[in-house]
This record gives sequence, C-alpha cells and structure tokens, in this order.
Amino acid sequence: MADMTDAVLQAEGLTCIRGDRCLFSGLSVSVRSGELLYLQGANGVGKTTLLRALCGLFHPDEGQISWNGRPIKAIGEEFFSRLLYIGHQSAIKLEFTPLENLRISCALDGLYPEDGVLWHVLERAGLRGFEDLPARMLSQGQKKRVGLARLFVNDALLWVLDEPFNGLDAGAVEMLQEVISRHVAKRGMVILTTHQEVPLASDGLRCLRLGE
Amino acid sequence: MWRLFKTIVSRDLLLAFRRRAEILMTLFFFVVVISLFPLGIGTDKQILLRIAPGVAWVAALLASMLLLERLFAADYLDGTLEQMLLTPQPLSVVVMAKVCAHWLLTGLPLVLISPLVALQYRLGDEQMISMMLSLLLGTPALSMIGAIGAALTLGLRGGGILLSLLILPLYIPALIYGAGAITASVVANAPEQAYYMLLGAFTVLSMALGPWAASAALRLALE
Repeated sequence: MADMTDAVLQAEGLTCIRGDRCLFSGLSVSVRSGELLYLQGANGVGKTTLLRALCGLFHPDEGQISWNGRPIKAIGEEFFSRLLYIGHQSAIKLEFTPLENLRISCALDGLYPEDGVLWHVLERAGLRGFEDLPARMLSQGQKKRVGLARLFVNDALLWVLDEPFNGLDAGAVEMLQEVISRHVAKRGMVILTTHQEVPLASDGLRCLRLGE
Repeated sequence: MWRLFKTIVSRDLLLAFRRRAEILMTLFFFVVVISLFPLGIGTDKQILLRIAPGVAWVAALLASMLLLERLFAADYLDGTLEQMLLTPQPLSVVVMAKVCAHWLLTGLPLVLISPLVALQYRLGDEQMISMMLSLLLGTPALSMIGAIGAALTLGLRGGGILLSLLILPLYIPALIYGAGAITASVVANAPEQAYYMLLGAFTVLSMALGPWAASAALRLALE
C-alpha cells in the first residue's frame, strides 16, 4: 500500500471518568507504523474504554487523540478508513451464514471482495465446511473466527483488537499471532488487549500497563 | 456510498425475511386494530365514513411503532452498530438505509393492505386511492422520525414506552394531514391537494433533518 509508510496515532493527556471513578488521567501514548502496542491490566482498569477512545467511539473527558497530527474528531471518516476495530462483541448476526456475515462486515469497512475471495478467507480462518451454515449453529470459538476473518481481507493501517485471543483454540491463537506479526512486519500498526499471556514475537512490541 | 446503502438495505430485508413473524406482526396488528372499530361502533355507513380516515391513520402510527424499538437494538447488542459507526462513509447513509429497510417492511405493507380498510369501512374508490396515496406519502416520515426516537432511547431500560411518548407527539402532523387528505376526498371539490403537499413537505423535512439527528443520537448512545 502506498501510504503504509509512516503514520502515527497519538493520544495526549487522556482522562476518562466513568461515574465517580477515574479510570485513567493524563495518559499519553503513541503508536507508529510497524509497532504493536500491547495493553495490559486487570479487569476493569479501562482497557476497553481506552481502545474505544482511540477509535473515536468514545470521547475522553480530557485530552486529544490525533492521527498524523490531526485530531481524529475533525477528520472522522478519513480516519475510519484507516482503522479496523474488532471489539468484545462479535458483530455477528446469528441468522446469517459466516459468508454473509463476512460480506457485510467487509462492506461496512468499505470493501466489496468477490465471493471467491471470501470463501478463501473463511478457509484460512479455519471455517472450511461451515461457510453456508447459519452462525447460530457455530460454536463460540467459530463465531469468533468469523469475526477475525476480516483481518485477512482488510489491510487498514491501524488494527485495534479488543481481547482477540479470547475463546480461541491453540490453532486459532497461532493463526492470529501470525496474522498480527505479518501486519506489523508490513509496517501496519496494531493495538490490542489481552489478559492471557500470549507471546507476540514482533520487533516493534511495546507494552503499556494500565492501572498501576 | 450507494453500494453501502444497498448492502445495508438488503441485509436488513434478508434479516427480516429470516425472522418472518415480525413483519407479519405489524400487518396483523394494523388489520386487527382497524377491524375492532366497526365491531365496537356498529356498521352505520355514515359513522364509518366519518371515522375511517382517522382510524386508518392512528392504526398506521401505532403499527409502525411496533418494530421501531428493534431498529437499532439488535445491532447495538451484538456490536454491529459499533462497526457501522466506524465505516468510512457518513453515518447518515447507514441511518437512511436502515430507515428505508424499516419502511419497506412496515410502511409499504400498510399501504398495500389499506384497500382492505376501505372495504371494511365502505369507502368509495376515490377515498381508497387517497388513503393509499396519503399513507404512501406519510409513512416514510413515520419511519424516519421513529428512527430518531429509537436512536435516542437505545440501551435505556423501559426504552419502549419512552419511545412511544417521545415519538407519538411528533407524528401528529402526519396524522392531521394524512387523515385530512382522506376526509377531503369524501367531499367533492375539497382542497385535497393541499393536504398531500403538506404531508409531502413534512416527509421531506423529516428526511432532511432526521438522518443527521439520528446519527448524532447514535454516537451519543454508544459512548
């Protein structure tokens, strides 16, 4: 990709208060191309909130988040076109088959791959033979795989993944690790949270511990 | 942009098709409410002619509210709505697409079944046509305004009742102009056209402001 070159997502002085509780204050963090930011911390310290703030889904009480020096609030859709966010919830419709689910989530990302590509991607995500079954019939792990299959199609610069390793079997964890390190090696950037210890072999690995 | 619109409309239609019962529910509700009035009031032709426009429109308002609560709720619960907020396209496109699908599933069937009302209330051909026309013009506004309410009450407990309280007053102009158009068609030489124009203007206005308002409400709801 032409502009996989150098981009930076920068957050300065973020403060977030939920109810009476201050989740974090004065938090500054930045991620550049080719870096992987690994958010760690116990339950309830605000990992998901921080991720949502970095995506522009949540406005922190104080502080500024900018993409290449411009506030993400101002550039809106331009930033969203560089972003792939996979949250806690699967965004999977149980009435749809994995194929339909993937097609729709791609459309929401602004991508319209051909069916052949989608079949291939689902196979890579370990869903061979399940492409045409309603997602209702899939196991939790398989649903999760359907959600993660987007990673094979979407080459957005910034990936924000909330607990991507949850509920996956060993094979899927390995697959995901590989996809992530490949993305980072291509000078993409990844921000992820997990409370499992998953070894992520990558040069640009950085950790941030919240709640300490 | 158009492509995303089409994808979301067809997605919502397909989803509704896989949960068929819901579409039929709106339709049956409309028919049942309409049928209750002659049973309660009697079959005096004059009275039925008088009340038909109002009854048809009130029933349409209530019927179009039935599925409103579900408009964004399912997508909100499974996280799809978050993804919709993060599309590289303006959120209003998504809102418009969902409203369009909602209208195709609730508004359009009402328009198509309204001749049945005309039959029950012994309306003439002319009134039947004006009933269909007024519903056709007005129901898109109902879906659009409803979407604003659905977005505002998203994720609230007891949102359903609040939604009705919030939205029904806003439906009043549609009710007045819509029922007015049908009533006017009963009387010869009445200014029927004026009602259509007002109803059309109301729909256009809601289409112009609604997507923007609903998008803002959705962003707030997801914070």
